[in-house]
Amino acid sequence: MPMSPDAPDASDRTLKTLGAPSLAELRAAGVVPSREELAAHPCVCVECIEEIPCNPCETSCPQGALTVGQPITNLPVLDRQKCTACGLCIPACPGLAVVIKSLEGDRAKIRFPWEYLPVPAKGDRVEMVDRLGNPVCGGTVVSVINPARNNRTAVVTAEFPAEYVDDVISMRRL
Amino acid sequence: MERDTRPAVVVGAGPAGLCAAIELKRAGAPVLLMDENAKPGGQLFKQIHKFFGSQEHRAGVRGIEIGKDLLRESLDLGIDVRLDTEVVGLDPNLKVWAVEGRRRSYTLDASRVILATGATENAVPFPGWTLPGVMTAGCAQTLINVHRVLPGKRILMVGSGNVGVIVAYQLIQAGAEVAAVIEAAPALGGYGVHTAKVRRAGVPMLVRTTIVRAEGNEGVERAVISEVDGKFKPLAGTERTLDVDTICLAVGLTPSIELASLAGCRTFFVPELGGHMPLHDEFMRSSVPAVYVVGDIAGVEEASTAMEEGRLAGIHAAFSMGYLDSGEMERRTADTRRRLRALRQGVFGAKRFTAKERILAEKEKECP
Repeated sequence: MPMSPDAPDASDRTLKTLGAPSLAELRAAGVVPSREELAAHPCVCVECIEEIPCNPCETSCPQGALTVGQPITNLPVLDRQKCTACGLCIPACPGLAVVIKSLEGDRAKIRFPWEYLPVPAKGDRVEMVDRLGNPVCGGTVVSVINPARNNRTAVVTAEFPAEYVDDVISMRRL
Repeated sequence: MERDTRPAVVVGAGPAGLCAAIELKRAGAPVLLMDENAKPGGQLFKQIHKFFGSQEHRAGVRGIEIGKDLLRESLDLGIDVRLDTEVVGLDPNLKVWAVEGRRRSYTLDASRVILATGATENAVPFPGWTLPGVMTAGCAQTLINVHRVLPGKRILMVGSGNVGVIVAYQLIQAGAEVAAVIEAAPALGGYGVHTAKVRRAGVPMLVRTTIVRAEGNEGVERAVISEVDGKFKPLAGTERTLDVDTICLAVGLTPSIELASLAGCRTFFVPELGGHMPLHDEFMRSSVPAVYVVGDIAGVEEASTAMEEGRLAGIHAAFSMGYLDSGEMERRTADTRRRLRALRQGVFGAKRFTAKERILAEKEKECP
């Protein structure tokens, strides 16, 4: 397979050695939105860069913005023009690999899936973590939703300083 | 064609066996479903995570709900499910020997036997492995998800395949801390999305690392781990001690082929699917034509593939017993085979697909 010009170095390919993808790996897969995009509208980030047989993101999307197609091992392709950032794909993904991020001035927001107890509550001060589980900054929980259709995957929205928007993926367990 | 009125006996009421029995019963064939456990469902009721696959594979649905649905369907169809019933013998003439409740023993003549006996977890021996607190990952999963008992507070997971990382995630959900997931190979084995969710929970994942020994008096108190060279030999001077009270082993599974061997099914060694397993054809028939093998006994894969294999065998067995005509059999199995193919694509599926093709080719060669 030809290497794409922005293919990450071996040292940056951490998915199969550290367990989580590096930013370089995700950028090479084209799933990291730019600061401009994040400031313009909330951006779905599908951090699914390995071919596995799975397509609930595609079937969950009412806008037809996520395409896996056939075979179902294709990586999902997102059409940002169609995406309304409704967030239905977040609890639909069995891999918990979908988050929605946005920027507003010096604050960033992330909507992410949550399957641990206790479930945080609105207003909680929390520690945001990166993909390796390292704490990166403080954050505040803005909302928590867990309707029946989520099938016990809560969706948490938290706010934190804008400079950490690329690194933050979740929060530390309470 | 005259219909065979002797029952088809399905051994094992996990996802593969349940689906086989459902297809047989749907076609109107007499079927008995036997399982040594007190409850049917096999491993499905331990699977509290959302499944992968496509909508037609019930993706996004938690395994436990798939189990409930299959059970409801089998009860609605009126399938004769015999629990606490261990099949201890099977001969090439399809005489089935069953022991019920460890008290009553009986034999019966089956027209077809579908073996859905699953697989057994492997262990890896090391000094201290007999200490209380060393257990397989499946054992820990049974404790937390079926019996709601936390086996320990701080856990070392040995093995990074999907079983290891999924059980690590569920242990964290159950309230334990996972000190590390270690993997002897140079690359992690499980799906990246599984490792990523465990990693972001703060669990270190260490490749090229093995367990050297477990230490403790009454039970596990520490685990000593070490880096390994290219031949999996521990590297001197790299030992580290982790304070853990539980060591979980997720080092693969081996197909449970005892009954298939008793029936005289020819076996074949396929390391990437778990070891020795019965040869089978595209309809899951073994070298003994009236004996089918489905699910993990036919090569360790996943619940989604096990269900499709069970359907395939159930439909074909009903056809061979005279309850479906060949057109209907072809029509029903075409869908199943298409779905099976879809599950065996991509970087993970391709290896399993190739291995399965080898089994079919060997079956064709050995017993055409």
